[in-house]
Amino acid sequence: MADVTATGGAGVGDTRDSYMAMTRRKRAYGGIILALFVVLMVTGFQTVEARSAGGFWEGLPRIFDFPAGVVREAWDRIDRLPANLLTYFPALIETINIAAVSTLVGAFFGLILSLLSTRGLARWPRLIPLFRRIMDILRAIPEIVIALVLIFILGGGPVPAMIAIALHTAGALGKLYSEVAENADLKPVEGLQSVGANWSQRMWLGVIPQVAPNYLSYTLMRFEINIRASAILGFVGAGGIGYELRNAMTFGQGKFDLAASIFVLLFLTIVFFDQVSSHYRNRLTQGQRT
Amino acid sequence: MTMLDATTDLRTQTDRIFRRKQITGFAVPAVILAYLTYIFFAFDVGGLAERARMDNAATLVADSYSYKTHVTRDNRNGETSFAIEGERKGTYAPGTTPDWVSREGDDVIVDLGDGHLVHFLPEGRVTYEVPGYGTIEMQALDDRVLTNLGATPPAWINASETRVAITTDAGRVSVTRSKTEVFRYSFGWELFWFTLDSPYHDVGVLSLLTGPQLDPARSNIVGAWEDFWSNGMWRHADVFWAIGETILMAFLGTFGAAIVALPLAFMAARNFAPFVAVRFFVRRIFDFVRGVDGLIWTIILSRAFGPGPLTGALAILVTDTGSFGKSFSEALENVDDKQIEGVRSTGASPVQRYRFGVIPQVTPVLLSQILYYFESNTRSATIIGAITGGGIGLFLTQAMQTQKDWEEVSYYIVLIVIMVMVMDSLSGWLRKRLIRG
Repeated sequence: MADVTATGGAGVGDTRDSYMAMTRRKRAYGGIILALFVVLMVTGFQTVEARSAGGFWEGLPRIFDFPAGVVREAWDRIDRLPANLLTYFPALIETINIAAVSTLVGAFFGLILSLLSTRGLARWPRLIPLFRRIMDILRAIPEIVIALVLIFILGGGPVPAMIAIALHTAGALGKLYSEVAENADLKPVEGLQSVGANWSQRMWLGVIPQVAPNYLSYTLMRFEINIRASAILGFVGAGGIGYELRNAMTFGQGKFDLAASIFVLLFLTIVFFDQVSSHYRNRLTQGQRT
Repeated sequence: MTMLDATTDLRTQTDRIFRRKQITGFAVPAVILAYLTYIFFAFDVGGLAERARMDNAATLVADSYSYKTHVTRDNRNGETSFAIEGERKGTYAPGTTPDWVSREGDDVIVDLGDGHLVHFLPEGRVTYEVPGYGTIEMQALDDRVLTNLGATPPAWINASETRVAITTDAGRVSVTRSKTEVFRYSFGWELFWFTLDSPYHDVGVLSLLTGPQLDPARSNIVGAWEDFWSNGMWRHADVFWAIGETILMAFLGTFGAAIVALPLAFMAARNFAPFVAVRFFVRRIFDFVRGVDGLIWTIILSRAFGPGPLTGALAILVTDTGSFGKSFSEALENVDDKQIEGVRSTGASPVQRYRFGVIPQVTPVLLSQILYYFESNTRSATIIGAITGGGIGLFLTQAMQTQKDWEEVSYYIVLIVIMVMVMDSLSGWLRKRLIRG
């Protein structure tokens, strides 16, 4: 009896000791990682600063110089703002069109790629790794690379940007779609198979209705991202509002009211589509829950 | 009676629902089709074939897997030089020639392969033996170029009074009054490892490791590494640094944004911020920052910080502060109160409650988000680098602007894709480790 209590007490002591040791080790690891992280941040920042034309502390007070200048000039010529907004409206439409078409095309190819690379649904199960690699590569290539190459071949304009964003979208959406499709219920598919439906019928009637709300919600989110991407690609020469912005910036001082109107248009567009898409995404996911 | 009514009601309702479904079933594809038709005309897709420069595409493709060597004779003094891609650093030393060139006295014979032979003869004379066509004779004089082509040469020859250019599958010969030039295309990236001025050029790996010491001052491996690293044509060291710069921009931007956003997210979360006004204000800041978008931030910040990676890192930092703030505050609103209550029941102070009740719950979510953004920001940093002038994005745009170094462009593209994929799997691996552990 006495023996048992003694060993029991020793057991608790052991447990406590090993627990404390574990905690200490965990703390030490945490401390090391934190220290490493801080060192990386600081040295990284210094490296970046050394490799840049301007320094951080010299630049910091000047952050607001440019926005202030733009606002001042825009305010001085506030009467021209409506006319300016109207001038750049077609370019804005082009940017939105690039985003919309590339989302549509990308979603279409992403859908096919996702179904071909999902276990249990794939048309050719042996080729699943191949289609996954294709999606990985499509996702990995930054849009600007494809856009610049295509601008060289096709000339400037919306089509190179559209193709570039669509390819990236296909890879990105394909991955998200296939994650959703993996959780799809296979019973409808089996049911359709038992009545002799072919692969595309099984997918269209058995899988798509199950995953459509999630797919749509991801597509809307991608559309938001693509609007930003198409504005940026415009800046490197692919047309739309980004291209106009670059031109307006090269006009320089005295013409900043043009840049200001583009800023306003871009800001409002992004916020607008953000709100619309998050509203519909909420509805889609909530509709699924009830 | 009422049963019957209910059934008819139900039937009409079902009919209505079905009809609506049918209409949407047709309307959605119809709207998409109409939209795509509008886009077809708005983007002038029909005129694309006309505007497309397929010759540009051909140069791009050919350049990306082959290189050309220029054989140039100065017709004024008769000197012949050999240079890869016509670049100074790829010029053969005087007296040395590529092995497809032979000299017979003063004559230079260039073998373009497949029986295509070009002879450089004295007094500015050149002959080009084209199999299946015959021998083309040309002579560069002080005021014009003489040929034996007659009045209507074939389409692959472009001849005028002062200039003759012949393009065949084997290469290209052009003669002007001042110089005669032959381009010979060969497979591969000749100077990728070593430039011609390096003693290690064209030396096999095996003989480099086991063969005699080529440079008396340096051992073979050290010398080869130094010459490779400082290769003036491919600039391996610079490219390596540029990639590091791009990753660094993404790293500083993402993690800097996370550090800034975390305290702000507490102020924007409903269950942590006591004042509605503060919450509202911080949330509007997040919305504003996100709405302004990376492009505009990049432009604004580049005005203050000048071109370079600093601007890129800060642009990513500012933009992502908005996105992180929004998603962090959502994660904080979803924390389970039970754990906090449990910690409180042991008499923990507010700081301890946050540390042991909240942080352990949200860390996996936040970390996985941060790593996901880090990965996608590697791509963004490439693009932002192209705008502000930093990292591999700058190299890519510069190589593209010259419109001739396509082998470098394809090299950079491959590097970028590898970089993004490595970051992709690194962040995926870290996410798995951190969230499970």
